Amino acid sequence: MQRRLTGSANDPRIKARYRGEKRFKAYTVTALFVAFAIIIAFFTDIISQGYTAFWRTEVNVTIDYNERAERIGRFALAEDMREIVSRGAVRSIPLDIRNNPELAGTTRQEWVPTYSRIDQYFKGNEELPPEMAAQVEELMEAGVIRTTFNWAFFTAGDSKLPELAGIFSAVVGSIFVLFVTLIFAFPIGVMSAIYLEEFAPDNKLTQLIEVNINNLAAVPSIIFGLLGLAVFINTFGAPRSSALVGGLTLGLMTLPIIIISTRAALRAVPDPIRLGAFAMGCSRWQVVRDHVLPLSLPGILTGTIIGLAQAMGETAPLIIVGMIAYIPEAPGSIFESATVLPAQIFTWASEPRKAFVEKTAAGIIVLLAVLLTLNAAAVFLRRKFERRW
Amino acid sequence: METEVKTKTATGAHTMAQNADGSPMTAEQKQPTVKMSARDLNLWYGDTQALYDINLDCYSREVTALIGPSGCGKSTFLRCLNRMNDLIPQVRLQGDVTLDGEDIYDHSVDVVQLRTFIGMVFQKPNPFPKSIYENIAYAPRLHGTGTSRSELDDLVESSLKRAGLWNEVADRLDTPGTELSGGQQQRLCIARAIAVNPEVILMDEPASALDPLATATVEALIHELKDNYTIVIVTHNLQQAARVAGYTAFFHMGKVVEFNDTDTLFTNPKEQRTEDYITGRFG
Ligand SMILES: Nc1ncnc2c1ncn2[C@@H]1O[C@H](COP(=O)(O)OP(=O)(O)OP(=O)(O)O)[C@@H](O)[C@H]1O
Ligand SMILES: [Mg+2]
Repeated sequence: MQRRLTGSANDPRIKARYRGEKRFKAYTVTALFVAFAIIIAFFTDIISQGYTAFWRTEVNVTIDYNERAERIGRFALAEDMREIVSRGAVRSIPLDIRNNPELAGTTRQEWVPTYSRIDQYFKGNEELPPEMAAQVEELMEAGVIRTTFNWAFFTAGDSKLPELAGIFSAVVGSIFVLFVTLIFAFPIGVMSAIYLEEFAPDNKLTQLIEVNINNLAAVPSIIFGLLGLAVFINTFGAPRSSALVGGLTLGLMTLPIIIISTRAALRAVPDPIRLGAFAMGCSRWQVVRDHVLPLSLPGILTGTIIGLAQAMGETAPLIIVGMIAYIPEAPGSIFESATVLPAQIFTWASEPRKAFVEKTAAGIIVLLAVLLTLNAAAVFLRRKFERRW
Repeated sequence: METEVKTKTATGAHTMAQNADGSPMTAEQKQPTVKMSARDLNLWYGDTQALYDINLDCYSREVTALIGPSGCGKSTFLRCLNRMNDLIPQVRLQGDVTLDGEDIYDHSVDVVQLRTFIGMVFQKPNPFPKSIYENIAYAPRLHGTGTSRSELDDLVESSLKRAGLWNEVADRLDTPGTELSGGQQQRLCIARAIAVNPEVILMDEPASALDPLATATVEALIHELKDNYTIVIVTHNLQQAARVAGYTAFFHMGKVVEFNDTDTLFTNPKEQRTEDYITGRFG
């Protein structure tokens, strides 16, 4: 009997085909591996640079509220400690005494943050002059130097002293900005999408609008910054650098994203549901309100969250409207000058001092964590409420 | 929503309600009243005409079946009767459709109101993705015909009972309607239509997505509903038409080829095309 199925294994053409297939598969696996390695390298690098920012070095000192300290805070410290302790830690002593006269003449033991170079020295990032190094090693031996969790990183605003700088004012700024973005873009975006999807006749005009909205989503964000500058600041006179202007600018940018994702969510609602509702004597608005919107809400929220996450990571348009200022105090309203997390990172990244490197990386870690959380929430919403028809 | 006979329209029935051979009706063959009728109805989808000069009467408290090969315009005609075609862009319509003698395409007619008089059941069961209770209570609440909780409870119960679904779902009214079986879903859709207390119920192949057993249940239901409602049903199943319908219209290529009481149409068709279709020689 002639065997037709097994003989071909030695056929050179078939062999070549298998070789080609293997090679191609190897390319694809390599590509995936490279992509994955890059991500891992990025995360490892950022985390290894940034995690130290969540700790800080403190030293236990005696604060002596003497007469000279009433004018210059540093005189409250023993002379050999003045270089060790952060300048920021004793800055407020004259004010403290003025506010609280009983303090005058007393002394107190307290843990205070060290000068940033000493902090960096213990974190292994920086060298110290030999005498100073010897002194802090001695203090370490004596047990008056400790490392604690750096709460100040989350509760303090920006500072020129790296050991005191935190993300608080930037976080508040980001929240204000996103709030304005949401209030502006969500209702307008959702309403526009509902009109286009459920009410608008299919004619040349609506098609034109549709094409333009899709194009708008592809416009570089910096253009929106220029638009925001021209419209909100120059024309309407909104306060420069404020969360109001930043939020409106990002709202312009987020609008097409919300419109497009809302339309997709509305379109995913099957027509038989609409027809069924119409046949029950629903008006068009009742169909939308009672049947289409409840079913598409998870999709709409998912799109909105993704749009907000994108807005949150945006820097360029905000720099144009002036949100890159040095903001040590958290803004109290959307009309005050503010900065946002990515802009804060940008500011720190352009600082030459070594101690800001870890601040930059830690800022990135926080930003990434927030963005990942937002995206995870979007995925969760989509999974949880996803319907199959 | 009274269903009283309006004498003005009763006279419209005579042309169609005669025996197949044209002989006048005997005393027992009671003259039925016309509920809905179409006169010289033409319809275009854009530039293509889908219905040609349709003249058809649907009698009060009777089942009228629309049969014919695929694409002949049965669904299109059905949608003319509750103006669902209004939702399709580019539809153009000429001629008259009346409900109790009132032109339903008149400018003064409120479409939303009209559809509470003329309910519709679709080919694929399409319960709302809400609870069984909500599926039925939704429209009465919307239209203000049932407002208090107890009123709605009663309405839900009576509608489900009339649709023959009560015994199967009485203890799980708050489960989603979409979790029922196909046949149950279709009966839920019928119950939902009944709850609005319509006068006419339009059904577009209501049993085509169901298995034989569920089909039989739905057919029995249609048979019962006939006593209270005027029913127009599209079906591809000729036996089904023969079983449930008192009158049958044969559509072909957008025209009504023949319309008669079901027995006559099936046993003694006047037109060759009708005969060919019901004997399975074309289609
Ligand atoms: N929405 C629409 N737009 C354009 N043409 C349509 C539309 N709906 C139906 N038609 C056309 O109108 C004609 C009649 O369609 P219709 O759906 O009424 O047929 P039918 O008799 O119900 O067929 P079937 O038995 O397959 O359901 C067909 O030629 C169809 O292509
Ligand atoms: Mg059809």
